[in-house]
Amino acid sequence: MPDPVPAALAGSSVTLRGVRKEFPGGVVAIDPMDLDVAAGEFLAILGPSGCGKSTLLRMISGLERPTAGTVEVHRPSTTGHAGRFDIAYVFQDAHLLPWRTVLSNAAMPLELRGIGRAERQARAADALANVGLGDALARYPNQLSGGMRMRVSLARAMVTDPTLLLLDEPFAALDEITRQRLDEQLRELWQARRMTVIFVTHSTTEAVFLADRAVVMSKRPGRIISDRAVALAPARVGALRGTADFVHETRIVYEALERGEASA
Amino acid sequence: MKAFLQRWGTAYGPPLVVLIVGTLLLEAYVRWTHVPIYLAPRPSDVILTLHRERAYLLAASWSTAKAALVGFGLSAGVGVAIALALASSAWVRRAFYPYTVFFQTVPIIAIAPMLSIWLAPGLKAVAACAFIVSVFPVIANTLAGLIATDPALVDLFRLYGASRTAAMLKLRFPAALPNVFIGLRVAAGLAVIGTVVAEFLVGELGEEQGLGVVIVGASHNGHSDRVFAAVLLASALGLTMFGAVNLVARRVLRNWHASART
Ligand SMILES: Nc1ncnc2c1ncn2[C@@H]1O[C@H](COP(=O)(O)OP(=O)(O)O)[C@@H](O)[C@H]1O
Ligand SMILES: [Mg+2]
Repeated sequence: MPDPVPAALAGSSVTLRGVRKEFPGGVVAIDPMDLDVAAGEFLAILGPSGCGKSTLLRMISGLERPTAGTVEVHRPSTTGHAGRFDIAYVFQDAHLLPWRTVLSNAAMPLELRGIGRAERQARAADALANVGLGDALARYPNQLSGGMRMRVSLARAMVTDPTLLLLDEPFAALDEITRQRLDEQLRELWQARRMTVIFVTHSTTEAVFLADRAVVMSKRPGRIISDRAVALAPARVGALRGTADFVHETRIVYEALERGEASA
Repeated sequence: MKAFLQRWGTAYGPPLVVLIVGTLLLEAYVRWTHVPIYLAPRPSDVILTLHRERAYLLAASWSTAKAALVGFGLSAGVGVAIALALASSAWVRRAFYPYTVFFQTVPIIAIAPMLSIWLAPGLKAVAACAFIVSVFPVIANTLAGLIATDPALVDLFRLYGASRTAAMLKLRFPAALPNVFIGLRVAAGLAVIGTVVAEFLVGELGEEQGLGVVIVGASHNGHSDRVFAAVLLASALGLTMFGAVNLVARRVLRNWHASART
């Protein structure tokens, strides 16, 4: 496990005010939306497909501009060590570079930030060890399973020690067992680092297991129709999934999701 | 060793069988129908000629190989450079891409004599023809690869503040390599064809006489055996270059998913 980072250093807060996104051609992906994400919070976003979840993440990351309204990401007051970069993004597929080794893939963000070879390799090896890939550094992506590739992708995101980690249905393509193991690993990473996490998923059980707060969006144009804290203790282990509390929480989120599907 | 022989046999067995059977059938046909030598040679005559005139034919092959290699090298270098330039901006691409099609459509028969006037007859003019004939597939395939980069990775590079140059060198160009090799494979064969055609048209003016010159001379004199010997050597040259590109491609792309290595 990495050294715990002081809470003040760990997470960015995010503020959306009146955010609206209309694509050329007239598709309104997001209706005016307000959202506050506290520093160090683990937030799950759910909603029917096509409701604007990816668009929302892209606007928070700065890859996409809102048509109206403001998106603000506030860094923690104290800036971290050199090479610390605020935002990391994990996509549904691993999107690794096939011509690079696992180590070199994970080190890529640091390379782009101009960090020297020795330091970036050490940090990438660390990040890979944290997701259980310490012994696969020299392998190439085509020699890995889907779950391992996704873990390289996660290590690549964590290597910059981000203050805001955005994940867009990251484990959706994996089998159930692999997905649960990765969920557990992600939760552990968050517990150690306390970066802010915004996690988009289709799965209510995944949202409830991972997050401390779940936001459910309606069909397009996406609006928030449910926003509530997940009433579970912060320590999340595999056995939690069988408990009555867990099933209850999942049920509530599921009902909100159903209302979202039904809304016109 | 046994496994190796087996793999080798699976790969090269069928075409070898086709070659041997086809040659024998042709030999039988030409013998039985008494086709005169100026119309079509017996395969055995071609083989005998290949042996008898080996010094002359090898020298001609070497001359053709040099021009084809220079033309192919130019196609690879210039073609990739042009594709990189075209991929640098949508405006540049729209403005210049139509003109690269010129390479595809230029009638080499008309342009070869001009080239041998501008560049002086010989290797330079012939290699220039090989280049013109073979560069377009390199440009078109490389460009297709450069503009088809995985959008998620493009986003990731943007997110990490990569410069355009860094994105080109560390992402877009390496990601386009499978396409570059598709272009180079096509170009390898075209470079040989371009060379032989150019020699055919202007080759006899140069100091060295390539296979194209051998073909013109032999066909004027009714030596169809020599014509076919030269044609076989030109094909062998094309195949060798194609195979060499394949070898390099397999080596460079060895860590990619199998679908990228075809
Ligand atoms: N670049 C774009 N141009 C036009 N329409 C888009 C673009 N990106 C997304 N959309 C549309 O916006 C809506 C929301 O998309 P997205 O955010 O990807 O949904 P989700 O991630 O929730 O499935 C969809 O209807 C989609 O077709
Ligand atoms: Mg999406």
